[in-house]
Amino acid sequence: MTAGGLLKRLAQLIITVLAVTLFSAFLLELLPGDPVEVLVPFGSDEQREAVREDLDLDQPFIARYGTWLSGFVTGDMGNYYTVSSKRPVWDRLKEAFPKSAQLVLYSQILALIIAIPVAVFAAAKKDTFFDRMSNTTAFAMLAIPNFALALVLQYYLGVKWKIFPTSGYTPITENPAEHFEKMVLPCITLAVGQIAIYMRLLRSDMIATLQQDFILLAKAKGMRSKRILFRHALRPSSLTLLTVAGLNVGTLIGGALIVEVLFQIPGMGFMLQEAIGQRQIVAFQSLVAIIAIIYVIVNFGVDLLYTVLDPRIRNERSA
Amino acid sequence: MSLADTAASPVPVPGTGPILEVTDLSTSFASPRGRVGAVNGVSLSLERGRTLGIVGESGSGKSVLSRSIMGLLPASTAERTGSIVFEGKELSDWGDKEYRELWGTEMAMIFQDPMTALNPVMKIGKQITESLRFHLDMDRSTAKDTAVELLRSVRIPEPEKRFSSYPHEMSGGMRQRVVIAVALACGPKLLFADEPTTALDVTVQAQVLDLLEEQQRERFMAMILVTHDLGVVAGRAQEIVVMYAGRIVEKAPTRTLFADMKMPYTEALLSAIPKLADPPHTRLAAIGGRPPDLVNPPEGCPFAPRCPYVRERCLTELPALTPVDGDDTHLFACHYPVDSPETIEIKDRLTAQGLLISSPPPGSASDGAQDGR
Repeated sequence: MTAGGLLKRLAQLIITVLAVTLFSAFLLELLPGDPVEVLVPFGSDEQREAVREDLDLDQPFIARYGTWLSGFVTGDMGNYYTVSSKRPVWDRLKEAFPKSAQLVLYSQILALIIAIPVAVFAAAKKDTFFDRMSNTTAFAMLAIPNFALALVLQYYLGVKWKIFPTSGYTPITENPAEHFEKMVLPCITLAVGQIAIYMRLLRSDMIATLQQDFILLAKAKGMRSKRILFRHALRPSSLTLLTVAGLNVGTLIGGALIVEVLFQIPGMGFMLQEAIGQRQIVAFQSLVAIIAIIYVIVNFGVDLLYTVLDPRIRNERSA
Repeated sequence: MSLADTAASPVPVPGTGPILEVTDLSTSFASPRGRVGAVNGVSLSLERGRTLGIVGESGSGKSVLSRSIMGLLPASTAERTGSIVFEGKELSDWGDKEYRELWGTEMAMIFQDPMTALNPVMKIGKQITESLRFHLDMDRSTAKDTAVELLRSVRIPEPEKRFSSYPHEMSGGMRQRVVIAVALACGPKLLFADEPTTALDVTVQAQVLDLLEEQQRERFMAMILVTHDLGVVAGRAQEIVVMYAGRIVEKAPTRTLFADMKMPYTEALLSAIPKLADPPHTRLAAIGGRPPDLVNPPEGCPFAPRCPYVRERCLTELPALTPVDGDDTHLFACHYPVDSPETIEIKDRLTAQGLLISSPPPGSASDGAQDGR
């Protein structure tokens, strides 16, 4: 990656963050009602005035956005209000981020571990029973809304058969076994829809790759079919999959809102949901900005991975 | 030159007997419009260390024939009948599993387009060493040394450095050399070269062909050289098979074929090669029309609709592949070969009218027929 490319990325990041935060701030502005009423419902008039001033609610929208922005770039993300006190947003973010990151990471690994081999074999055995079955299953999985799946899993695997805990979060440093036990159901919930998408994508790219001459050459060399599929065909077929998986990671950190709420995992999505519900305008904007930054960084990482997967891209970049 | 009816000995003795004996091979594909008969009743045989040229235009079934013999066609759509005997083994009912014992070590193939034949995300060295390690059980460093030697033998400059190059970092000619090295890696006894020079610059074509010939001699390898260009096989193959619409239309030792060709299609292929002696602006001879539809092949001779010497009988009766009187190494499938009185008569008339041999036949209602001055 050249200095010019890096600079382009940075510009992209700034524009994305500005656009996203401005838009989301505007959306919150459209919500009816006074945020102060929600934040300090039982406070005295002085307390209310203090909050109003702290949140710059007495100023016009653009000025308020400007104040937030100048705070954000200097590292001040504003305060998170509770009924009795306020906490810096940054403090909560530090706790929430690893939880979301773990959830997303595990669910992506799970989704890819299942989707890749199924897609590879479905492509190799195109139009056979296995291929059709996996396609049908994929569509069915795609059609299940994740909140419904979450409830079903919680009821059967959690409440009825008591195999996995239904909700909560334990840090991995505290008790690894319990950490993973509690992660199982939310990860399955998140992964199911992704498996379907990844499978479909990889299958069609694999089918295209398997038509290529170099696959025939590998066959004519006498390579075993498993080796041809996984060593020759998989890598050149995985660029689309990687792109979408990367976009997903970005979206799900903070975007796995329903799953985090249903399974009581106090991650970024959970926090975001809380911030919207309670009109935490400043905290919400900071959260959205952080999520946007993570998103852009993750996709930057994906771009770097392209060059690992495909040497031709490596050359284009350095040229 | 032994005939096709020589019995294949059950225990092949190296250096004797044909390495490959194909009898009445037909290959067809399932298509939405019906079965496509890509190869129809082809018989041929090849001796060790020799070269057989298969010549024909696109769609004549020459590539399908070589892939069919090598078992590289998808089993789900391709259907094969007839007999293929390779080194005394009958291959016709073999599937991928059995063929895998031959691929790479006994038979290998060079593909037409070196731009797509190499894996773009794998270093070229690795593409050679993987078969060495798999088939010959070499360890990493022996395989690397062998691969570098192979690259050197196909005249790739700085083979140690090129070992870790990716295909896109090399030119077309260099890539085709790599493809050749890949094919030669495990010392195959039979090499299929499917249009090995078609995608290359004219300047490198001869180099690559010479390289192939040299490697073939050194390894005493049999080779099937598939091409649309009679010029390519002229000096390199001992025997030539001319294919049209999935059939052999003429088969002869190279010298005989060029000296005494019988089939108008062979003649047309030859006249389609531009000659250096031609004056500038000579009209390029081409064979008018297209090969027939292989789903519903026409009755009669498949070449009849494009043949300048066509007669009534050609349109209704399929000519059989028959030997020339007194020479059973030379076979052809034509009712009125180019030296028959009927054909000579038409030829004289066409020449008198100033029509080129290769222009579309009269009555085919194309613009070429009215073009004569």
